Amino acid sequence: MSGVVPDVRAKDTILATTDASQLKGETGMVERPRARWLPFSPWHFLLMPVAIIMLVPLVWVVVTSLETLAQTQHFPPILWPGSFQWNNYPRAWSSVPFGRWFVNTTIVTSVVVASNLVFCALAAYGFARIRFFGKNVAYFFLLATLLIPIQVVIIPTFLIVKQMHLINTLGALIVPNLANVFGIFLLTQFFRTLPIELEEAARIDGASRLKVLFRIVLPLSLPALATLAVIQFLWTWNDFLWPLVTIYKESAFTLQLGLQSFQGSHVNDTNLLMAGNVMSMMPMLILFIAAQRYFVRGIATQGLKG
Amino acid sequence: MTDVVFENVTKVFPGPMVAVDDLSLEVGDGEFLILVGPSGCGKSTALRMVAGLEKISSGKIVVGGEVINDIPPKDRDIAMVFQNYALYPHMTVEKNLGFALRQRKTPKDELEQKVHSMSELLGLEELMKRRPGQLSGGQRQRVAMGRALVREPRVFLLDEPLSNLDAKLRVQMRAELKKLHQRLGITTIYVTHDQVEAMTLGDRIAVLSAGRLQQLGPPQDVYDHPANVFVAGFIGSPPMNLLRGSASGGLVEAGDLTFPRDGVGDGDVIVGIRPEGLRPVGPDDPGPGFEVHVGVVEPLGDEVLVHGTVAARDAGVRIEPEEATLLAEMSDRAAITVRLEPDLRPKEGTGLHLRVDPATVHLFDAASGAAI
Repeated sequence: MSGVVPDVRAKDTILATTDASQLKGETGMVERPRARWLPFSPWHFLLMPVAIIMLVPLVWVVVTSLETLAQTQHFPPILWPGSFQWNNYPRAWSSVPFGRWFVNTTIVTSVVVASNLVFCALAAYGFARIRFFGKNVAYFFLLATLLIPIQVVIIPTFLIVKQMHLINTLGALIVPNLANVFGIFLLTQFFRTLPIELEEAARIDGASRLKVLFRIVLPLSLPALATLAVIQFLWTWNDFLWPLVTIYKESAFTLQLGLQSFQGSHVNDTNLLMAGNVMSMMPMLILFIAAQRYFVRGIATQGLKG
Repeated sequence: MTDVVFENVTKVFPGPMVAVDDLSLEVGDGEFLILVGPSGCGKSTALRMVAGLEKISSGKIVVGGEVINDIPPKDRDIAMVFQNYALYPHMTVEKNLGFALRQRKTPKDELEQKVHSMSELLGLEELMKRRPGQLSGGQRQRVAMGRALVREPRVFLLDEPLSNLDAKLRVQMRAELKKLHQRLGITTIYVTHDQVEAMTLGDRIAVLSAGRLQQLGPPQDVYDHPANVFVAGFIGSPPMNLLRGSASGGLVEAGDLTFPRDGVGDGDVIVGIRPEGLRPVGPDDPGPGFEVHVGVVEPLGDEVLVHGTVAARDAGVRIEPEEATLLAEMSDRAAITVRLEPDLRPKEGTGLHLRVDPATVHLFDAASGAAI
């Protein structure tokens, strides 16, 4: 059998053309021609004021972090301090164990994100592809737990964590969050959209179920995994209530708990608090900018598939 | 020695829906068997049971003397090409070809050598670093076959592998497939609903309908001697003309057509005439024949197809999508298709006298549909 490779493309939709970008829920909407008289869409007239409104608190945080304490207490608020107090940042960093809290938060967030990627993927693959008794009922009940607010389960969870002697350790923040239902749901829905023939081909080619998951399914699910990682990172990094309940030893504080110490009953170092806030926001901002494409698309996918 | 034996294999899907019904057939070592039938007839399900992708409800499948019912797909040493190829989109052609060998922990040198020789065999050397998305339909097809063949499987399964290609490429790939099989000699089961693939590729064809085996034999035998009215209507393109008739005293009658046939008991019959079994003659020709009212003329270059009607009752055999059902059609005219030499162009709306060679006419029992 030889040689001349015909340069004819099959017109039918062929599975093999599906690259990762096509696999993850693009809307397939047709772009409309833009109005000619503007260099941008008229929608921007609506979106720009909304964006400004959304940005005001963020700008205010940054401005306040560069003011003196007296300026922060001035009324009406000073929106342009004139001279910037850059040393608020080193002061905020050194007046409390900021570095320690930063490391704590990083450890908790990294472990929780990594474990969620692994455990949610395993569970989701089971729900998406493996036939077992009671699957649909189990999935339904799992999803139903999404409706229960954290305040309802916080006491039983606390008691379990206490039984495990994890109070005042980072384990208290990690163990209850090793996997979450939202992640299982997100990945299950995504896995279901992958062409099953790819997995069947891999199984015939000699791959076990686990290998199919790790060699075929997960590499094709990078957009969904990135979405889950970003969402989980945001949740864990910003979590305040659960650390507040389980951690009261300063050395085990996370950033969000630690920032409280600038806000005592007698002293209120608003400028240092805001400097701390800006510093604690930085990793999230960097992550969000880097993964924005996946994050937005992931949310859009949810909207379509959920 | 790798033969594949289906022993009373049945597959019932929840519903319940019987996809494959008591299928028994044997595929010899190195044989190229075609499973053919209309969509939903269970041919793909039969193939997937051999691959291990569907559980067998009852019966057993024996490959090379070993019952494989409970062996997981990865341990069956069977390769399959899917209709949509199922190439791994995130891997290069080279990685796709070597995937199965890597799963089997093949030593690196051997793996590279096998992938290289397969790429040479299929003319893929230039494409090794590309991903499936960057290949044309025909190239993808080759990669899919290469991926399946590179590990030298005991049995090679193909599920409508050419259906995603355009007509020209399909002809080319069909010939290449046949050559490849002759060269490698692997036991092959090929699923298709395409008439031409069924007739040209296989050593034998198995015609399925509603999960049941209708006929098994060499393609020409099946074409020349269809076992029942379903096979007669399904194999052949355009299909056999089927008319309702009756036999009485050694004479068969269907509308205007009357001809003698020995050994046929009295009663209702279905008369089957291939489109090429009709020859235009003058109106005074004394032999058995009838007049066709010409509806549509399709000149195809090497032949002319004439679609029209004759004064007879249509047998009402419906092939798709379900099993052939015999319907009592009360219309006094039946549709008919005639294949003529390319220089003959009857005018639409006119009458065309046709002679029938009684020896080429097939007769089927009107009640059971079985060939007489």
